Amino acid sequence: MNDRAPLALSVEDLTVAYHSKPAIWDIDLGVPEGVLMAIVGPNGAGKSTLIKAVLNLIPRAAGRVSFYGSPYEQARSLVGYVPQRGSVDWDFPTSVLDVVTMGLYGKLGWLRRPGRRERDLALFALDQVGLLDLVDRQISQLSGGQQQRAFLARALVQDAQIYFMDEPFAAVDAITERAIVKILHQLKERGKTVLVVHHDLQTVEDYFDWVTLLNVEVVASGPAAVVFSPENLQKTYGGRVSYLHDGQVLAAGD
Amino acid sequence: MPAEDKRVWLTIAGIVVLGICFLPLGQWLFGIRYTYTVRVVALGGAILGVISGALGCFAVLRRESLMGDALSHAALPGVAVAFLLAGRDLGFLLIGAGIASWIALRFIAALLGTTRLKQDAAMGIVLASWFAGGIALLAYIQSIPDASQAGLDRFIFGQAAAIIESDVLLISGAGAVVLLALALFWKEFKLVTFDGEFAIANGFQVGLINTLLSTLIVIAIVLGLQLAGVILMVGMLIAPGIAARQWTQKLHHTVILAAVFGAFAGGVGAVISAIDADIPTGPMIIVVAFSLVLASIALAPGRGLLWSSWRRRLDSRRFARQNALRDLYRYALSHGSPGRPAPDAFIRGIGDRSAALGLRQLLASGLVETTGDSWRLTDTGIEAARRDAHSLQLWDLYRLYADDMGLPLLAEDRQLDIRDVLPADAIGQLEAMMEQRPN
Repeated sequence: MNDRAPLALSVEDLTVAYHSKPAIWDIDLGVPEGVLMAIVGPNGAGKSTLIKAVLNLIPRAAGRVSFYGSPYEQARSLVGYVPQRGSVDWDFPTSVLDVVTMGLYGKLGWLRRPGRRERDLALFALDQVGLLDLVDRQISQLSGGQQQRAFLARALVQDAQIYFMDEPFAAVDAITERAIVKILHQLKERGKTVLVVHHDLQTVEDYFDWVTLLNVEVVASGPAAVVFSPENLQKTYGGRVSYLHDGQVLAAGD
Repeated sequence: MPAEDKRVWLTIAGIVVLGICFLPLGQWLFGIRYTYTVRVVALGGAILGVISGALGCFAVLRRESLMGDALSHAALPGVAVAFLLAGRDLGFLLIGAGIASWIALRFIAALLGTTRLKQDAAMGIVLASWFAGGIALLAYIQSIPDASQAGLDRFIFGQAAAIIESDVLLISGAGAVVLLALALFWKEFKLVTFDGEFAIANGFQVGLINTLLSTLIVIAIVLGLQLAGVILMVGMLIAPGIAARQWTQKLHHTVILAAVFGAFAGGVGAVISAIDADIPTGPMIIVVAFSLVLASIALAPGRGLLWSSWRRRLDSRRFARQNALRDLYRYALSHGSPGRPAPDAFIRGIGDRSAALGLRQLLASGLVETTGDSWRLTDTGIEAARRDAHSLQLWDLYRLYADDMGLPLLAEDRQLDIRDVLPADAIGQLEAMMEQRPN
């Protein structure tokens, strides 16, 4: 582990159970500041559960989580969140600009309304994700990839230190995938830490420099170059991984 | 002002005008006499419509329409208990109703939070048991000699004629507080309704905000009970919101329009029921509200059935035209030159009915000519086909190189001419790229 950088996220002994069956078990995780980390594992491995438990969205059976040394309650403004696209009703009567502005509601506090400044920040974020032409669209008129980018823009306006993204690459078009990768690298350049639940083993090493392999428990976590090895993948996925000649990895069923 | 905003305000103005015009029209057509009672009831109905319409939008958007039904049924035992404790003063009866309904709300939430019951099951069981308790208490009250004339059963189906001026004042005062709260916490209500999980992650006290919003909905329900009754109140709550949702794409428009629809249904429904003493007001209001729903679903631009079937028609015409042009051009090129005629059987064989539709359009705009058994592109047709083919080639290049060249990111739509959607300098770059590439 990198000793020089402070830990952006530290998780100790985190366990979450659904109906007394553990979804994640005794997770210990230290994520240094400034890394792009993929959370990788088979379906049902608890990847989304891990993010939700860290963000206090679901109850924990045990465990401590701290962001830059502070508990979540004191670190909320440091945290940005991109939920799974399917988690909301896209037929909701609201515009793209409005959804992105929602990322700033938390900073506004009770009773204050978003104004000119919030509008400008939202437009800036929409420009970054390439949606500036669509700001006034009703959100159901967006393609899946555009919806994902709107969610990404909503997290960008939060101007957080550490971002959690739940499957941002799931079922998106090539343009969106490239836009997200570009944003990830910009975030890294600005010293942000990003944790991404990721499904596509092919792209892990291209997109990320840090990897956590998860299957209910943490199998391995660290720099991608060290951790993302055939042995560790086999430990994570069991026999369901096949290897190609040139060292590429392919999860069966993909 | 954007076109959609204008349309929404026009719709709102139209409904208001329609509502006002109905008053003399009703007098003329049905001989309605606007007695003091009719005026009070119509005003009360309109004000209730505003409150329940505005709050009902949120019930609809949260997919809690039937929660409104459960909560209104659950108010009945509260009315009975309040009567036993404090007598027939409307204020106390409504407070009792609100408390019973609110307890039901929390009970449903507790069931959902602690058990594995699904929402519909929890709501169903609470609705039935609270309502049963209310009916039993009412039966008991009827048996008390002094209280038998209390007329509490009007809360079951609603009885508008019983509304008096002081009731309207009470409803208006409470309604103003509810609407003010809605305005103050607008941003919070919008956020938790759209994405509660994101709100939690942003540090909002989502439990508190949800409880506040549900409480406002309970108040809106309770205020309408005297008019619509516990059984029909759900219609008054959700119908205006459902109708309004068809016309707009913005939350504040939806809520304002729902309030206006609610006022229309409440006011006009009450006036219609004045035609004859035998027409019950509550059900009449719901009938008017339901008519608004039907009309909106059929006619609203954008989402309405008429509109979307019209749009599908236009789309299939456009696609047919484009396909016919591409097919003809491709056939002609592969047989030597763009002006080469294609046999009728061949070109129709590709797209059957849609080919005929496309060819008819091309013929009408002079892009093709026909001898009866063959079709041939005219000079303008060749020009149009070339432009289209060129656009498709540029789209191919765009897909390959947009990222490397730093072009604006677009959703690909190959039905459109790329020159209409990309800025001129980006087109210039793509054209230059095309020249460099050997074909």
